[in-house]
Amino acid sequence: MTTAATTLAPEAAAGQLPSKGRVGMICLIIAESAIFTIFVAAYIYYLGKSLSGPTPQEVLRLPLLNTICLLSSSVTITFALGALGKRDTRRFGFWWFATIALGAYFLVGTGVEWRHLIYEKGLTIGTNLFGTTFYSLVGLHATHVVVGLVALLIVMSLTLARAVKPEHVERLDVLALYWHFVDGVWIVVFTVVYLIGR
Amino acid sequence: MTNVGKARSERCALTASSLVFSAFFLVPLTLVAAAAPDSSLIPSIFSPESTPAHSIHQLSLLVLAISAAIFLVVVGLIAYAAIRFRRRAEDDGKEPPQVYGSNPVEVAWTTVPLLIVVVLALATARVIQEVQNAPQPESALDVQVIGHQWWWEIRYPKLGILTANELHVPVSSENRRAPTFIELRSADVAHSFWVPRLAGKTDLIPNRVNKMWMEPTRTGLFLGQCAEYCGTEHAKMLLRVYVHTPEEFERWVSEQKAIIARNPEVAAGRLVFERTACVNCHTLNGTIGDGRFGPDLTHLMSRETLGSGALPNSPENLRAWIQQPDRFKPGVLMPGMNLTATELDQLAAYLATLK
Amino acid sequence: MSMPGSSSAARSVFERLHSWVVTVDHKKLGLMYIMYGLLFFVVAGVEASLMRIQLAVPNNHFLSPQVFNQLFTMHGTTMVFLVGMPIIFGFANYLVPLMIGARDLAFPRLNAFGFWLSVFGGLLLYFSIIGAMGMYGAGSAPDVGWFAYSPLTSKAFSRGHSTDYWTLGVLVGGFGSIATAANIVTTIVCLRCPGMTLMKMPLLVWLNLLMCGMVLMVMSPLTAAQIMLLLDRYLGAHFFDTQAGGSAVLWQHFFWIFGHPEVYVLIIPGFAFASEIIPVFSRKAIFGYPVMVGATVTIAFVSFGVWAHHMFCVGMTSVGNTFFAISTMLVGVPTGIKIFNWIGTMWGGKIRFDTPMLFCLGFLFQFLIAGLTGVMLAVTPFDWQLSDSYFVVAHFHFVLVGSLLFTIFAAIYYWFPKATGRMLSERLGKWHFWLFIIGFHVTFDTMHIPGILGMPRRIYTYEAGRGWETLNLICSLGVVLQAAAVLIFVWNVLRSLIKGQRTGNDPWDAWTLEWSTTSPPPEYNFAERPVIRSRRPLWDVKHPTDPDWKYE
Repeated sequence: MTTAATTLAPEAAAGQLPSKGRVGMICLIIAESAIFTIFVAAYIYYLGKSLSGPTPQEVLRLPLLNTICLLSSSVTITFALGALGKRDTRRFGFWWFATIALGAYFLVGTGVEWRHLIYEKGLTIGTNLFGTTFYSLVGLHATHVVVGLVALLIVMSLTLARAVKPEHVERLDVLALYWHFVDGVWIVVFTVVYLIGR
Repeated sequence: MTNVGKARSERCALTASSLVFSAFFLVPLTLVAAAAPDSSLIPSIFSPESTPAHSIHQLSLLVLAISAAIFLVVVGLIAYAAIRFRRRAEDDGKEPPQVYGSNPVEVAWTTVPLLIVVVLALATARVIQEVQNAPQPESALDVQVIGHQWWWEIRYPKLGILTANELHVPVSSENRRAPTFIELRSADVAHSFWVPRLAGKTDLIPNRVNKMWMEPTRTGLFLGQCAEYCGTEHAKMLLRVYVHTPEEFERWVSEQKAIIARNPEVAAGRLVFERTACVNCHTLNGTIGDGRFGPDLTHLMSRETLGSGALPNSPENLRAWIQQPDRFKPGVLMPGMNLTATELDQLAAYLATLK
Repeated sequence: MSMPGSSSAARSVFERLHSWVVTVDHKKLGLMYIMYGLLFFVVAGVEASLMRIQLAVPNNHFLSPQVFNQLFTMHGTTMVFLVGMPIIFGFANYLVPLMIGARDLAFPRLNAFGFWLSVFGGLLLYFSIIGAMGMYGAGSAPDVGWFAYSPLTSKAFSRGHSTDYWTLGVLVGGFGSIATAANIVTTIVCLRCPGMTLMKMPLLVWLNLLMCGMVLMVMSPLTAAQIMLLLDRYLGAHFFDTQAGGSAVLWQHFFWIFGHPEVYVLIIPGFAFASEIIPVFSRKAIFGYPVMVGATVTIAFVSFGVWAHHMFCVGMTSVGNTFFAISTMLVGVPTGIKIFNWIGTMWGGKIRFDTPMLFCLGFLFQFLIAGLTGVMLAVTPFDWQLSDSYFVVAHFHFVLVGSLLFTIFAAIYYWFPKATGRMLSERLGKWHFWLFIIGFHVTFDTMHIPGILGMPRRIYTYEAGRGWETLNLICSLGVVLQAAAVLIFVWNVLRSLIKGQRTGNDPWDAWTLEWSTTSPPPEYNFAERPVIRSRRPLWDVKHPTDPDWKYE
């Protein structure tokens, strides 16, 4: 250490600075929100501008069950972390698994919806402007769900290997923040695509 | 070098560089801004010859004056601070009084710029309104310009004229207002229509119709070119605007509408045209050619250039162009037609009759 | 360090290189970012020089249009993404932990990941020269301009893969930028030493916090637009497909929503360097620290609302045009305030004209001019003439070269001793400065005039007789001086690395925490976490009877 040391203040305030995992994840969420905002803007801008082909009114059905499952997974993940905080790793594992199951159902449901749209309604990404903006926006969201599920699965396998301990709750909190973000985006996408746009 | 010597050399250098700057920037700028010969082909934005260009010019003088004033004040402050507060040779090595800020000063140098912004904003809003929302009078000439890679399709819908690359318009005067209102479209990528002495530029964007207008107040030729990068030969998508007296303009119109009688002397050339792929891209009244990809050739020889400014229009140049357009405009979308020398001669002779 | 019983010289070179490749130390990564940026600076400079040779005389045949179009695309893309961004991230990487008394960034491994991702993106972009088939098979680098307007970038008008290399190279680099920006934000928010509240951070740290915060919101619109472009080109999407009702203008909106704040992202670190260097060489604290913070925060916010001043000619309504004219003028006010505050810092001081200060003075002069030409461009009707002309090119080179590059040079001369323990030569530095500033003005002052005389941008040649010939020749000649200056600079760096005068902790008698460590600092930065009480901790140490915290 150099001799030109800094002044030692009599009351060296430590300060309550936020956890870096949380701040880092918030930064990522800000960046991702900006990407989604642009895709939502494109969706809204192109509403009603397709020159041909199926319209939202004609082919979209409200994915209610999907939505309920995905949003419930936010609740289950909160239960999971609550359990871990109370040092109950078994309950944690249970609720964590429930989260994964609900998220997976959402993905499967999205896949079923797309299959229906492509093969029965003839709507692809290249069909018209609606197809382009619909598949890209919903697809971008689904990609984020996939990434989240992969992370959740990794934690699941670590849980089964009994490697997850109560002191990891802060880190898992950061992952939960990402998962809540993904659910939050779905609320926006659902509103714009299935409610406003139809 | 001593500190005094250094300081002096810094001052000399500061003065020198200010002079260099003035010489290179302010002097030519002033000259250019002050005047350019009226008949000059130099497309200077500071020698406007059309109403919207005049409006822009007036506003630009205000902006330049304000900028010059700000420049002189701030450069003066920088130079003064650098010279007056330089460390002297006889410096005692103590730190100068530490001043951390001053709220009144900050308020002052925030307020003055804000006031300048208010003035500029008002002036700007007025001219935007004046130019963009100018009503189209009855006597206005309607023109449609469609941008292509790398030429201009020009139509006069009410006059039934279709031409390319050269825009002919009547001059406008106090008693006889004759502005030209132009609709801008694009057949492929984004372009921009810019003839500096006559108007600000407006883009040509596919799937969109833009509108602009000009009102030239002096006859003559005005140069411009495409101002939005549109691919390989963007640099050679040149524009020529001919401003005519009303009589000259009428004459041009009738020439453009005239039907050129079939000339048996150049029948061979016409057959070459009709039997080669030329007809797929070019329209030529009096032949089966009705292609839209390339310019209309009906009155080809009434134009002063070929290839939207790539080379001057003459029978010899025309022959060379047809043989290998790529030589004059590398990357141009017109292919060399692989004609024999005889065919080329005949074709050029035919096209040379299309006045 | 060599292993026992081995040939020590060879092993240690390999080991040294290896330690750089696998490092997660912010100092090494910072230096690598800067070296990467400087390397591409030379490459892009060569690209510019080739263009200026082509433009020196009318109807020149030195370069074909295809090659010229690739050169201006690559020059712009390289300078923004492979020079500007890496260098500013490099300095942030190096300086921020040292200035806040931290040991490293918040996520050291993410730091390395972000760096290598940026490198990969840049190499991918340049791989296009051999990898892609361009239009007409004549050359392969992207040739759509650095802002890649639609529909020129669609499959129909950009055959081959050159546009894809542009898209992917920049996309991948963008992810690296977001990662590093998140890292720096987290570092500044979470790892400041005790006593360093937000309003006691050095201005460089504040400005980098704002810059990185902006990056998080700025890169994403470009990333989104590039994903859309890839979907258009490969999956048959219609985002910018005008044949299907898509909008070419939408690309412009998305691009400039990125592009305008991006130029503030680039210049704010330049402001940061000036805000550290000018006070030290004037021997005074920065004038108006809270106002400088407030002004930069204002700039950061307002800069998100001005983007369509790049689109005044596109045919927006008069209301739209007026709005963006006013917002653009407004963003000039806090920017101007900063200039006044720097002058205020010099005022009443005892200015030393070492090379870092010379470059900062050049910055002040040139940034003023850049700002004024920017105001001219904000006046929409004036912009209807000046847009897409060489006037704009002159303007933004005044910003990026005259302002940003000058502060980067200043920063290199200022912090080189800290990073290496050796001084750069003052004599060579002065030669570098004077040659460069004269060459800069010869080229870029003159360049305003062809724009005023109607010369558009991005043209590979021009007609004689329009009054542009002599002016273009002058612009091209100025490049010679600038190139000579850069060569002197490179020589200065290389020579000083080996033979530069050795120096201690604090050669400039400065006041922020990095000057309390050795030169170069140890890997762990600080043996004990510093505890501070004011914005200039070392001033307090050097002036115990008159410390800053009594006055702040």
